Amino acid sequence: MRYNGNKTKGRILTDYFFKWLTLAISSICAVPLILILYFIVSKGISAINWQFFVNIPAPVGEKGGGVLNDIIGTVMLVIMASAIAIPIAVIAGVYLAENKNSPTANLVRFCAEILQGVPSIVIGVIAYIWVVKPFHHFSAISGSVALAIMMLPVIIRTTEETIKMVPNHIKEGSLALGVPYYKTMLRIIIPCGYSGIISGIIISVARIAGETAPLLFTSFGNPYISYNPVKPIGSLPQTIFLYAMSPYADWIQQAWGASFILLSCILIISLVSKFLTRRWKIQF
Amino acid sequence: MEDTILKVNDFSAFFGTNQILKNINMTFPVKKVVAMMGPSGCGKTTFIRCINRMHELNPDAHTEGAIYLHQEDIYEMLPIFIRRRIGMVFQRPNPFPTMSIFENVIAGYTLNGIKLKKTEKQEIVEDSLKKAALWNEVKDALHRRGTFLSGGQQQRLCIARAIAMKPEILLLDEPTSALDPISTYNIEELLLELKKHYTIIIVTHNMQQASRISDKTAFFYLGELVEYDETINIFTKPKEIRTQNYITGRFG
Amino acid sequence: MSQTTTARQAKGIKFKEGLFKWTMSNSALFSILLLSAIFVTLFIGSLPAIKVSTYHFLTGTTWDPMTNRYGALPFLTGTVITSFLALVISFPFALALALLLGEFYRKGVIADIFKNVIELMAGVPSVIYGFGALYFLTPAIARLEGGLGYPTFGVGILSASIVLAIMVIPYWTSIAREVISLTPNDIREAAYSLGATRFEVIRYTILPYTRTGIIAGMLLAMGRALGETMAVTMVIGNTNALPKNIFSTSQTMASVIANEFTEATTDTYLSALIEVGLLLFIVSAILNVLGKQIIKRLGKI
Repeated sequence: MRYNGNKTKGRILTDYFFKWLTLAISSICAVPLILILYFIVSKGISAINWQFFVNIPAPVGEKGGGVLNDIIGTVMLVIMASAIAIPIAVIAGVYLAENKNSPTANLVRFCAEILQGVPSIVIGVIAYIWVVKPFHHFSAISGSVALAIMMLPVIIRTTEETIKMVPNHIKEGSLALGVPYYKTMLRIIIPCGYSGIISGIIISVARIAGETAPLLFTSFGNPYISYNPVKPIGSLPQTIFLYAMSPYADWIQQAWGASFILLSCILIISLVSKFLTRRWKIQF
Repeated sequence: MEDTILKVNDFSAFFGTNQILKNINMTFPVKKVVAMMGPSGCGKTTFIRCINRMHELNPDAHTEGAIYLHQEDIYEMLPIFIRRRIGMVFQRPNPFPTMSIFENVIAGYTLNGIKLKKTEKQEIVEDSLKKAALWNEVKDALHRRGTFLSGGQQQRLCIARAIAMKPEILLLDEPTSALDPISTYNIEELLLELKKHYTIIIVTHNMQQASRISDKTAFFYLGELVEYDETINIFTKPKEIRTQNYITGRFG
Repeated sequence: MSQTTTARQAKGIKFKEGLFKWTMSNSALFSILLLSAIFVTLFIGSLPAIKVSTYHFLTGTTWDPMTNRYGALPFLTGTVITSFLALVISFPFALALALLLGEFYRKGVIADIFKNVIELMAGVPSVIYGFGALYFLTPAIARLEGGLGYPTFGVGILSASIVLAIMVIPYWTSIAREVISLTPNDIREAAYSLGATRFEVIRYTILPYTRTGIIAGMLLAMGRALGETMAVTMVIGNTNALPKNIFSTSQTMASVIANEFTEATTDTYLSALIEVGLLLFIVSAILNVLGKQIIKRLGKI
């Protein structure tokens, strides 16, 4: 058989070329990200001063507006949404881990999957119909309900995965000591899964902290500081939306600042979650 | 006549329609070591799990016949009470990973809501760890998590945890099959000591282990109790041909 | 232990055990209940509008709440075009990233860099993408439009598709990675042992094998893209008319709800918007389920 040297060279060149092409294309993906990050950091930092943090929005044209109301709003929305979603989702996740093959469990998993794919704006519509319409006004609680619905599928899934990973022989060790099933779950198995469960919670928090669509007609936004769950409340992403679309240079500047705060918080939350997972990971 | 602590009457166990154990009849003498051996799938592990009612954790499981602990039918009692009187040690050491060594040993009490004074706890932990021949190795590290211990030490910790409940019977399901020879030797020596205080029922794959440490041996095959006699008799003059074939290695 | 204390203890334990199991199953059933409630709510909410427009909803091109005409075709078109374009644009990038991390750089510094880039991309909120697009992308598109002789809106279908493409890349990459990793190792190794170069292994064994998976990925990414609201709303131009070309301004199903929901003055108007939401819900649910089913089947082969 003749050894065709040229063809082989061609193949090797193609291989090289392909590898570098893949690398190049992949690197292009990073460009928008780098651009956004760079500008958020540079413009955002210049927009931030002490006033930015502690003031509420000033009328257009006046200096010194801040986003304190939105920061408080985002925090409140997240806390309320978590309070609603976490108990239900964690326990549902435990149920799924303990009932691997029952038809009910499969149906629950199926529903959770669909729930995760529902567009966030549709969830906002639902929260509007369920919470805003009956009471005739926008409220922080309706926004939290929308966000809670978004948190559920993520936490259910991560909890299920975490609890499934706890080896069966640990459960048996507890049962063999005469410990009833419910105590075995509550005192041994679920604590084994704390790091995974908490990391799932933090991931879903990072996700909803940046959400705007479901809040547009539920918590609606509020230029004043409010701690009242039944009144409308502001949030950072909403303000970014409002300011970014506005024609006022001052507001656009503030949008950069708000973006910086929002993005930094999300990043910090994600990093904290990774750190915690590693530190608290229980070896079996 | 030895005292009988456990009596098994016409006992059968099923997984759904699959019959795993067929009409087992045997009695266990108090404070002796009984070994149960046989090839894979013979039902010995299922049997031992029926004694402390772990078998029924599987939703398809059901049983027929009776097992009597001191004349009480264990299937008439609540499983959690049985398991506090009959302890179990598993094939894979399973100390609770979220608890320290101290908390592991005392876990049977704390998880069951039994209140103890601090001094009582200390006493129980020290006593159990000493009986399990682990005290000297861990006495300075009682508040560390148990997972840093070696396999053999972890298994002794599980034994300590089981005997802390002061059970009457200790069940062991192939306790050394996951361990190295030295740890195996240590645990076998330990069991010979423990039989002074507890009745020991041990399932083993390892014939030599059965012949080393047990007083009586039961040979199971395909769910039936084929032969049950003094260990020395089983290994030197077995009555059944199947027992002889197993011992001589005709099948495993 | 006396008989009574044992019996009492037993009762207490039985009760707590039952309570625990009851709580567990009910929390799980809650998700089923929630999903059904969402569907029913959307459906009932849409009824008034369905009565008014019936099938004209899907075919009519006039969206004029003042005269009670609700033709949603402009939004449907806008949604389909932007999502489809977004998929087309993002496909090479997602594929490149997936191959890069799956074949060329499985471990090491470069792998870590790209993994972090993808994670970061996935974590940036929609509004910030929209903001960034408004700042960089739309002026650039406007210049392009000017150069080509089109009216220089800057915003429009092209901008929205590009932003959407960027947002969809991390999602699609992770699906593609999953699908590529499902290629059995023995096929790969057989090809290598025959002397194939990496490129050839990829081209002739991995890619054909993952074709079905890529299609599943498309379905899932599409489901994701058509639900994206904020970034799209900010750069689509908000015009309730059928788009003429990719430089036209348009509207998607998600953006029309975002823009008009708080301004819906009549009940029928609101109901029509809810109907748009119902449509979004159904379509994204179907795409989601189909996509995931295909991937599950692949995993079982």
